[in-house]
Amino acid sequence: MNIVIIGCGRVGAFLAGLLDEGGHAVTVVDLEKASFEHLPQSYKGNTLLGNGTDMDVLRQAGIESAEAFIALTQGDNRNLMAAQVAKEIFGVRRVIAKVNDPIRANLYRSQGITTFSRTSILGTLLQAMLDDDPEVGKVLLEKALAHERRLAGETPAGSPAKVSR
Amino acid sequence: MYFIVAGGGEVGFHLSQALLESGHEVMILESDRCRAQFIQDQLGSVVLNAPADEGRYQMEAGCGRADAMIAVTGDDAKNLVICQLAKLQCHTERVIARVNNPKNEIVFKALGIDETISSTRVIMGVIEQELPTGGFFPLMPLTGSHLEIIEAEIAPNTPATGKKVGELGLSTYGAVIGGIVRRGEILHAHGDTPLQVGDRVIVFSPTAAEADVRKALFG
Repeated sequence: MNIVIIGCGRVGAFLAGLLDEGGHAVTVVDLEKASFEHLPQSYKGNTLLGNGTDMDVLRQAGIESAEAFIALTQGDNRNLMAAQVAKEIFGVRRVIAKVNDPIRANLYRSQGITTFSRTSILGTLLQAMLDDDPEVGKVLLEKALAHERRLAGETPAGSPAKVSR
Repeated sequence: MYFIVAGGGEVGFHLSQALLESGHEVMILESDRCRAQFIQDQLGSVVLNAPADEGRYQMEAGCGRADAMIAVTGDDAKNLVICQLAKLQCHTERVIARVNNPKNEIVFKALGIDETISSTRVIMGVIEQELPTGGFFPLMPLTGSHLEIIEAEIAPNTPATGKKVGELGLSTYGAVIGGIVRRGEILHAHGDTPLQVGDRVIVFSPTAAEADVRKALFG
C-alpha cells in the first residue's frame, strides 16, 4: 500500500518505521530536515522536505496514488487542513488526522474525517492504569511494548516478542 | 452589522478599526495577551483574549448572532478551521477567510469556504489595473458563487472590434455582457449592439471562464 505521512516527529517517525517494516511504500513529509533523524536506521521509505498542506508538495509525495494519508504534524489545524485536502481533493480512501483538541477531533469526526486525539486516548488509558483496569489497554499495551522492545534491540526484528504482564 | 474578526494582527486591527468607524459592531478574537491589550487600548472593549480556532470562544464572542466571521490570521490552516467551526458549530451566516498562499484559494473553495481574500491577488489586480496594456480587469468575485465581474476595454485590431455583442460567442462560456460604457454613458448590451474601440464592457463570467472571455475579446 502507498502511504503518505506528514509530520516526522516522534509519532510520525515511529509509525513510518512500523509501516515500512510491514512492507508498505511510505513517504514521510516534514518542514525540517532534522526531523528525519527521528526515523529508525532501518527505514527504507522516502522522505520529502516541504509543507504538508501544500497541494504541490503532496503531489510530489505521491498522494495521487496513495491509499492512505496520515497527518501527524504538531498543529491540529494543519492536520485538519491536510486531511481534508487528501480526502476531498485527492480522493484518498483512508485519511487519519491527529487532532489533540478533543472537541475539534469530535466535530471533524462527525464530518467524516477520521481523527484521533492524543489527549483523550492517553488520558483514558492513564486513568484505566491508575484504576487497575487492565482491560482498557491490554491489547494496545502488549503491541506497543513489543514494538518498544524491538526498537531497543532486545529481540531481533520479525520474531514475535513475548510480553509478560 | 455584527462582525467577528479572528486574528488581531495588522490586517485584523485595521479592518476592525475601519468597520467600527463605519458604525458596525465588532469583536476581535486575539490569542496573544499583549496584542489583545494593545488593541483594547486603541479601540476599546472590542477584543476577546482567546484563540479563535476553539469553538467555545467563538460562542463566547456571539458567533450565533454574527453577520459574518472574518478570519484574517497569517496562518491559512487556522483560517480554514476558524471558518469551518463557525459554519458547523455556530451556523454563522457568512464566513470570509484570508488566504495567504494564493494556491489555497482553490483548496478553501473545495472545502466549503466560498469567500476568500488573497492579498497577493488583490495587489496583482491593482498592478494590472495600473498597467496601460491589456485593458482586461477582473473587478470582483460575486458573493456565494463561482462568478466574477470583469471590465474590459475594446482595443484596436482585436477580435471584438466592429463585432456585435452576439457575435462574440461569450454565451458559450456562460458569460454575458451586462452593459457597455461608451464616452461615459451606459448603453444596453443587446445581441446586435456593435462594439467600438474604446468601449468598456462589463462582463459577468464564471471565474473558470476568465481566460476564454479574455481570448474572445482580445484574441
